[in-house]
Formats: sequence, C-alpha cells, structure tokens
Amino acid sequence: MGDTNSDAETLLHFEAVERRYGARGEVIAVGGVTCRIARGSFVALVGASGSGKSTLLKMVNTLVEPSAGRVLFGGKDVTELKPSTLRRRVGYVFQGIGLFPHFRVGENIAIGPRLAGETLSPERIAELLTLVELEPEMADRMPDELSGGQRQRVGVARALAGDPELLLMDEPFGALDPITRDALGERVRELHEEFGLTTIMVTHDMAEALLLADRVLVMDAGRLVADERPSALLAGKGGAIAQRLVAVPRDQAEKLAALEQRIARKTHASSPSSGEGAAS
Amino acid sequence: MSGFWETLFTLGNKLTAHIVLAASAIGLGILVALPLAVWAARSQAVARIALGFASLVQTIPALALLALFFPVLLSLRAVFGEELPTLGFLPALLALALYALLPILRNAVTAQANLDPGVLEAADGVGMTGWQKLTLVEAPLSAPFIMAGIRTASVWTIGAATLSTTIGQPSLGDPIFAGLQTQNWVLVLAGCFASAGLAMVADALLGLIERGLAKRSRWQWGGGLATVAIGLTFALSAQFGDDNEDTIVIGSKQFSESIILAQLIGQQLEKEGFAVEYRTGLGSAILHGAVASSSIDISVDYTGTVWTNELKRSDNPGRDEMFRQIVEWERENTGTRVLGRLGFENAYAFAMRRDRAAELNVTSLEDLAAVAPRLAVGGDPEFFERPEWIAVRDAYGMRFRETRNFSPTFMFNALEAREADAISAYSSDGRLAADTYILLDDPREALPSYDAMLMLSPELAKNEAAVAALEPLIGAISVEVMQEANYSVDREDDRKVMPETAARRLAETIGL
Repeated sequence: MGDTNSDAETLLHFEAVERRYGARGEVIAVGGVTCRIARGSFVALVGASGSGKSTLLKMVNTLVEPSAGRVLFGGKDVTELKPSTLRRRVGYVFQGIGLFPHFRVGENIAIGPRLAGETLSPERIAELLTLVELEPEMADRMPDELSGGQRQRVGVARALAGDPELLLMDEPFGALDPITRDALGERVRELHEEFGLTTIMVTHDMAEALLLADRVLVMDAGRLVADERPSALLAGKGGAIAQRLVAVPRDQAEKLAALEQRIARKTHASSPSSGEGAAS
Repeated sequence: MSGFWETLFTLGNKLTAHIVLAASAIGLGILVALPLAVWAARSQAVARIALGFASLVQTIPALALLALFFPVLLSLRAVFGEELPTLGFLPALLALALYALLPILRNAVTAQANLDPGVLEAADGVGMTGWQKLTLVEAPLSAPFIMAGIRTASVWTIGAATLSTTIGQPSLGDPIFAGLQTQNWVLVLAGCFASAGLAMVADALLGLIERGLAKRSRWQWGGGLATVAIGLTFALSAQFGDDNEDTIVIGSKQFSESIILAQLIGQQLEKEGFAVEYRTGLGSAILHGAVASSSIDISVDYTGTVWTNELKRSDNPGRDEMFRQIVEWERENTGTRVLGRLGFENAYAFAMRRDRAAELNVTSLEDLAAVAPRLAVGGDPEFFERPEWIAVRDAYGMRFRETRNFSPTFMFNALEAREADAISAYSSDGRLAADTYILLDDPREALPSYDAMLMLSPELAKNEAAVAALEPLIGAISVEVMQEANYSVDREDDRKVMPETAARRLAETIGL
C-alpha cells in the first residue's frame, strides 16, 4: 500500500470535509476530515454509533452533500460529477441491502448499467452471481424468495455490476448471522484483490476491520482520531479511543482462550491416566 | 314488480351517460391526485394542506357540492365568457372529481410514506435520477395501494353521480328521482339496481387490476384494464355516437305536474318533427338559470316563484300585473322569452283533512292561526324558507307547535297519517279533487298568484317553427284538467299511470 500521501496513487481525497445539521448548523455529524485514500487500498472506517462514519462515506457518492470542504474522486469534486456517472464508478453496499422487491434478482443486478443505457447479458449476470457464490439460476427469482445472506450477496453483485473503481460498504454485514458474515467478508476481500478495487468499509466491529482491512480509520464525534495499519493498532498505537475499540475483540479473544484452557485442564485432570505414560 | 326488467332495459342511455360522467370524474380525480401525492410525499406542508382540503370536501354533502358549482361557474363566466356551461356535465364532473380526490390522494400519500427506506436509498445508491426513482421504484411499489384508492373512489363516485340529475346532468339518478316524484317504485328500483350493479362491476374489475399489480401479474392487471377500457369505449361511442345539436332540451322540477307538462311539451314538439330530451328533478333557481343560459331550452315556471326568487319582490300587485312585469323583466334581464300562461294556477295554499278542519272549526288561514299553537304543520323542504310562508306567518301571526318537512309526494300521506294537521299544498294538486281535503281561504291575500308560464331560452326563442308548435299550449290548460292529470300520476291504486301517458291523455282532453 506504500505511501498513502502520494498524489499519483490517491483515488479519493477528503479535503476538510464537514457536514452539519440543524437550522444554524449546530449539530455536527462530520467536523472537518482531511484524508487521502490510495488506489487499491482496503480501508475500514470504524467508530461508535453517531461518530459520523456513515455520513463521511455517503459524502463520497453524494447521497449526503458536504456543508463545507470537498471530496475529490480521481482529482475531481464529486458534487460536480453527474450523479449517475459517479454512482456507476462507485459501487455501494449497505446494511439495508435495498433490493428492489418488484425486480427479479437478475434485473436488480443489471439496474446500474440499465440506467446508463446498457443491457447486461445473461452470461454476465450469471458470472456476477457466481462471483458472490450464488447459483446462476437465481437470476430469475424474486428477492423475497431469498435468505438475508443471499440477498446481501446479490447486493454485492449489484455493486460490482458496473465495474466500479471504488466500492463503498456501509455496515454491509451488520444484519447477517456470524457464519454468513465471516464467509461474505472473506469473499469481498478476495473480490477486492481480484478486481483491483479500492474499498472503504464502514463498520462498528473492530475485529472485522482488523481482519479484513489494510488500513483502519477511527472516527469519534465527527473527527478522525486514528489512522493506522491493523498491525500498528494491535501493537498499541492509535491513541486511547482506538485502543478502547481494539480492546473489545482482544478481551473477548483472551477470555475465550482462558475458557478453552480451563476446559482443557479440566478434561485433562478428569481423563483416565492410562495414556500418560505413553505421552511422557 | 311487473315491468322491472323492461324498465331496466330502457335505461341504456342513462347508464352510458352515468358511466361517461363517473369515469371522467375519476379520471380527473386521478390526474389531480397523483401529481399532488408525489409533491405531498416531498413536502409535509403540501401533504397537510392537500389532505386537509380533500377531507374538508368530503364533509360537504354530495348534493350540496353539486349545487354549489352552479353559482361558482356562474361567477366564473366573468372570466371565461358566457359560453361556460353552468349546468349539466361540467359542474357534475368538477364536483364528483373533487369527491374522488380524497381516497386516491390519501392512499397514494400513505403508500409513498410506507415505502422501504432501504429501497429508496438503494435507488439513489445505484444512481437513479429523481424521475427514474419515481417511475422505476416509487410508482410500481405504490401502484397496488393507489389502485385500492381508485377503487374506493370509483364506488363512491358511481353512487354520488346519481345526484347529478339535480343539476341537469343525465344519469342513473334520472329514473330514481322521477320515480320518487311520481311514486313509481319500479322506476326507482331499476335506477338503484343499475347504479349498484355498475358500482359492483367497476369494483370487481378494479379489484382485479389491484390484485394483479400486487402479485405483479401482467396478465391479470392488463386483462382488468382492457375490460375497463372496452366498457368505457362502448359507453363513449353510445353516448356521443348519436349526438344531435338540434335536440330541444326540456327541463322540469321535482314534482309530477312539472314532469307531465315537460312530457306534454315534448310530445307536442315531437309531433312537429323536433328531437327532444328531458332533464328532470331540477331545483327552481337552477332551472331558471339553466333556461336563461340556454343550457335548457324550455321550462314551465310559475309567476309567484319567479316574482320572489328572481325579481326579489315581496309585494303583490295582482295576478295580471305580476305576469306583465315578469315578462318585461325576463326580456330585459335574462333574454328568456315568456311565451305565455298555460291557463291554470298552481299556487301555494294550505290544506287540511275535511274532518280535522271541521273538528277545529277551521275554514280559513285566520281560523287556523287561532289554533296553530296546538298543531303541527308540514311543508316541502324549501317551503319554510320561502317568502310565501313568511308572508302568511306575518300576515296572520301564525305560530305552530311544530313545523315538519316532507317531500312533496308524501305531503298528503303525512296528513293522512296525522303526522301533520295542516300542510302546504298546491292548488292544482290532483288529490284536492277528492272530497277528503279542503283548501283554506286566504282573506288577507298573503299568498301571491302562481300562474304556470311557458319559458323559452334565448336560443330557442329564435326558432320560429318551435315557437309556432308551442303556441297552441298557451291558455289551453284549465286547473281541473291539470288536477286530473296530476291525480292520474300521483294516485296509488292500479289506475296510476306514467307521466307520459298522463301527458298524452291531457293532450287529447285539450284537443291538441
């Protein structure tokens, strides 16, 4: 990932971006974020609820407009790009999934290109379904015939259908069961590598961020408070707020490990001693 | 119920007119409601104002809403010119469309408010423009709910459209109102049956479209839509296929005499080769305005009615002088031509049962005033608002224990059932020919005269052939002949006849 400050490799540039709400702008959602995202990086944006991470993400595909500052995508201000053009180059996956219930799965996947006046071939739809580990035959189903995990896989396929450069994911796996969540997370990371995507994933789960991303941004009260590699965070860097977030999965892991040891010792103590001699 | 099916099959014309009116009103309602709903979904203020207004309209009784459009359109003539119709299709269309607004608007707004926010975010996320979002996502997802609203509106509108008869628009209300006036229950029932049947068919078809949209079955909603389209095309072609500009329109009020005279005039004109059409069940003010504006060509009006309602006079210059002044006033102010008097009077009077009058020792209004505080008086719905009643009340110091409203047809039944001791009656009423009732004298001449007059619209007045055909009617009808004709329609035994028949007999009697 190298030097994240080099202009040549920067795909996305937040320039003192702010977003305020309320009649006098008294509610600050994002309060001045400056940051560059390098092409090809997988960035996790972590923070507690209300820290402004979703708002920051949505300013990239102009679902939210900045009150001040600019977001530059490939050097151009996103608010000056045509929304349809911008959103074709930027895939978007979010917790609500938002499959169109009156469209078949295949039509859902093809919607982005269709808006741009292109028709996605059945082969391409089948290929996209295979990419997210779904049967190609699913193209003819209606969304309400699918499980939650399958639906989010379709959501990912839809985001990839327009061959985007940038993939934005807002709590993409938040509503999924842990097993599906892990599997889909792994798959998205693989797709990121395979297609040379630049990915920004908003999550409140530091474990997910540490395991999938190669750069973790931590937000608190609308500001960036840490910008570290996962290894650095695990080594104790990034400040108090970041470390509090890292502490949660670490404590859980330690407790689990301790529990395992206890069980192992108990099993060991109560087991018949016949094998002991052979082991020693 | 003999003749029910035969009567039903004569309603084809009214049915097609009803369908065209109701469908146009629903169509206009949809055209207004849907864009308004889209706007309301994007602005709280618009939603509040639009829904508030539509709900307010809903609280106005349909009959009043229809009637209100007459003065509204009349005042709009200042903007759109004298060609703007004030009666008939246009006001009925506007009133019914307003009525249809609420269910469509409410369902459309609710449907949009209940759309899954995730789906809307996805629509933005994949790059839809506002218009694409509306047409590709919001509209198809709201369609079943909007259809449910259209369905409710249609059933209401088809029902309420029967009331458009009162403002001169032909509909299935025509047989209902005419039947009610002449106590022809077969006619009433046929009208109700046709209107209810139409409502049920519309409900079933729109329900099919609604379910088709919900299940996304193109075959189902397409089939429903096609059937509705075929029905409308059929009604439209039937309605306008044989349209004739030269048809003379004869208007009548809501009582037997008026309907009989309209038939008499119509038969006389048909005999001379004119095509005629009837508008029945109109209120006095509306009928007068309709003739003045040539929306209706001929009516029979009464001197006393025009004197008080139109000339706004409360004095009583005497029978001939009153007529003379009305003819002049109409010529100068409305252009309506008063062709002449038919020869009889249908004045307001008070009637009592002969035995009850004898028991109370009443023969005149003076006697009645003395015992009035113990008695109940009955009048038709407009009577107690009329200057005639106020004149009588003030002239004799009349104070009744109770005043009650009855439809003109039921007035004598009320007397018979002792629901009222005295009633307002008309001097040409056929039932007065019988010995059972007496008319009270009016020694102080509080009640003005009510000579029947033949009124021609400014348009028809130019048609010399029509005027010539109508002239034999002037001065030809005596009060006895009229009473007899009225009685033949109002009586309730097996010698009761339809107004057409009564009119034919009347024509024979007076030698036309």
